[in-house]
Amino acid sequence: MSHSDSFIRKYIFSTDHKIIGIQYILTGLAMALVGGTLAGLIRLQLGWPGLQWPLLGKLMPVGMPSGVMTPEFYMALVTMHGTIMVFFFMSFVLVSGFGNYVVPLQIGARDMAFPLLNMLSYWIGLLGAIVILLSFFVQGGAAAAGWTAYPPLSAVASAMPGSALGQTLWLLAMALFIASFTMSGLNIVATVLSLRAPGMSMMRMPLTVWSYFISAIMGLLAFPPLTAAAIMLLFDRHFDTSFFLPSGLIVAGKLLPNHGGSPLLWQHLFWFLGHPEVYVLILPALGIALDMLPVFSRKPVFGYRLSVYCLMIVAVLSMIVWGHHMFVSGMSPFSGEYFSISTMLITVPMTIIGVNMLGSLWGARITLATPMLFALGIIALFGVGGFGGLFLGNATADMQLHDTYFVVGHFHLMIGGVTLLGTFAGIYYWFPKMFGRQMSEALGKAHFWLTFLPFFTVFFMQHFVGLQGAPRRYYAFTTYEYLNRTHGQNVVISLVAFLLMAGQLVFALNFIWSLVAGRASERNPWHATTLEWETSSPPPHGNFVEIPTVHRWAYEYSVAGEALDYTPQTVPARQVAVTA
Amino acid sequence: MTHSTSPKRGVLDVWLVSLMFLLLGAGIVLYGRRDWLPPLASRHGAGIDDMLRYLLFTTGSLLFVAFTALSWLVWAGGRRHVVTQRVAAARTEVVVSLLLGMLMAAVAEGGVLAIGMPVWKEYFEAAAPPDAVQIDVTAQQFFWNVRYPGADGVFGRVRNELVDEASNPVGLDSADARGADDIYLVNQFIVPVDRPVHIRLHSKDMIHSFFLPHLRVKQDVIPGMTPEITFVPTKEGTYELACAELCGLGHYRMQGIFKVVAQRDYERALREEASK
Repeated sequence: MSHSDSFIRKYIFSTDHKIIGIQYILTGLAMALVGGTLAGLIRLQLGWPGLQWPLLGKLMPVGMPSGVMTPEFYMALVTMHGTIMVFFFMSFVLVSGFGNYVVPLQIGARDMAFPLLNMLSYWIGLLGAIVILLSFFVQGGAAAAGWTAYPPLSAVASAMPGSALGQTLWLLAMALFIASFTMSGLNIVATVLSLRAPGMSMMRMPLTVWSYFISAIMGLLAFPPLTAAAIMLLFDRHFDTSFFLPSGLIVAGKLLPNHGGSPLLWQHLFWFLGHPEVYVLILPALGIALDMLPVFSRKPVFGYRLSVYCLMIVAVLSMIVWGHHMFVSGMSPFSGEYFSISTMLITVPMTIIGVNMLGSLWGARITLATPMLFALGIIALFGVGGFGGLFLGNATADMQLHDTYFVVGHFHLMIGGVTLLGTFAGIYYWFPKMFGRQMSEALGKAHFWLTFLPFFTVFFMQHFVGLQGAPRRYYAFTTYEYLNRTHGQNVVISLVAFLLMAGQLVFALNFIWSLVAGRASERNPWHATTLEWETSSPPPHGNFVEIPTVHRWAYEYSVAGEALDYTPQTVPARQVAVTA
Repeated sequence: MTHSTSPKRGVLDVWLVSLMFLLLGAGIVLYGRRDWLPPLASRHGAGIDDMLRYLLFTTGSLLFVAFTALSWLVWAGGRRHVVTQRVAAARTEVVVSLLLGMLMAAVAEGGVLAIGMPVWKEYFEAAAPPDAVQIDVTAQQFFWNVRYPGADGVFGRVRNELVDEASNPVGLDSADARGADDIYLVNQFIVPVDRPVHIRLHSKDMIHSFFLPHLRVKQDVIPGMTPEITFVPTKEGTYELACAELCGLGHYRMQGIFKVVAQRDYERALREEASK
């Protein structure tokens, strides 16, 4: 713990988990700006297909010559929006960012188990982010085969412009991201298992830590198959192998020499990662919500043990349901039956988690501070998004809904919305810890209203665009007569989406202003019980002057007969009774 | 009495948030109860619609209840000064959670097993009846090659090496006499009403997906695989065929026209095509 570190060692090439966490968060927020801009362009096209935007034409002469978007540019926008948001925003900020910052503090550790690996993980992740951004500027433009990158579209360079160099860079960025994410996950698992403060038994850990721990294990199990698949796809693209390319492909009038591969194999490998990945993202958001509710309800979380078990069950089930993304792919209909039934089992633990969130509000004394507003928003989005899952996990219903806007609406509520609100709840809640200053509550509340309602509206409406049969990844809905009536809905969705984006300016303003001139925060501004509030804000390198000893669980609020309505985890049992 | 001083609690916030959740619950039901599906035109589609309506009804009702509860919890909790329910008994937690968990499982699994699976099984397991109309479809960027077997009822052999995009798009082998009477159309389908249609799908290049929204038919076509589907159109009309799997930059305009007509008109149309 040298205090004479140079600026570069301290803030740039730092091995301190807090600095790395903040690096992840800032990088991820910058990537969100890119991903959000792409979403804006997508909504511009879907709201007013084919309209001319001369100014944008000047800015993007290739993608929008004379101001009208080309279909290939639209496909690149869709692909890159998904990729950037899932891997370089959500995974960066919510999983690696808060995972790094919060987990060691909440378990009373001085740092991650492998600080150097942690630094390496961030820099490799950043490299991945740079590669994915650069891919916009190569010949043919960025990858355009969707974030799922199904071959042959992603394997044959002549399939579409984005399938040229852009797709190769996409795969390289993916490989870098996975390497980085694996290191970061490994670190979280090792840290939780080996560096907990004295007295911090597993069943005394806050649910936030549990959710990061479980999500890291899932990541470690699920990512290797995609790594292998990405490398195989690179070989198919550049070294004439045929892992994913069958015999007899004729692209643009030319018979390809490949033999014996299977495009379906990629789908299995991709979704074996892809499905757990959505839980890797959503579990931390749920963990954060489950921990936020008690702080602002001044009572213990409802059903702590059950929540822990449910997080574990969800993790196990998520590894065996990937085929529900492939009901109409042509795989065996018997598999479809199995994947339907196993998928529906997930409703049991997920419902219990939802019930526990509502139960945490029962008989509570609620304070609607900004993090709490976002936590309540999570309950709402999780409810609607979860019920949408009942439609898509059901093979029979999915025959109509697969690859329509119903899917787009559903996953945006879940891995877009629950995670986004979780991210914001986390930022508002831990900002005082990170920077020693409070964010503005007034601006925070305005931001909540400008985020939650527009977000809900946009993606709720998309479910019904899907029920009308509108396929996703369509450049325009102008060709089909039966989709004429979706046009007005798309205009509304676009307008509300722009409101949503404008609302994020309030957040940016609040973030920057509070960083510079926010009110100095007291040590424990939310009167919370967990360990991160037992040290100064921001904490010193090494986190704690003295490693704390833990005497109780993390939810000791409103203990009967006590003057204060919260009892930190470090308070011994002889001073305040331990209630669980 | 336990007491907390910060942060501030606003009365207006409680009102607004509580009202918002109440209105959202009602709004979800009002918006969702409209008839959103394209008008139905196939026999098995009725089962799919039942499945969808069951889910819309159950999830809509549950969401209404849940949002009302959330609204009330915020309303009551926001005005309360002291926590009244600190921890529930462990037993209560387990019972409440498991009961609601099981209820959801019953809704979800019950729907799959009671309504979904019979439709799914019938759709996939029923062999095409002998009187089914046979159609062979080859998808490619960005159109549908449609072939009928002609008078002999047998498709001619195709070979990939013979494909020539200008003169022989599906690679029909002229050495096979059975192919001489095959009828070849582009993006056009015509089928008789109330008779099973059996379609064999191929793809030349990318993954496409054969999506007939009004007939509740969707089948991916992965190159190297030849999925076969059977369904019965039940309503005459002109329907649109869409591609539902991203296949390239023309994905959004890979449209086909699927005409369902009376048996007489179907026979006449095929005769006309054959004589061309």
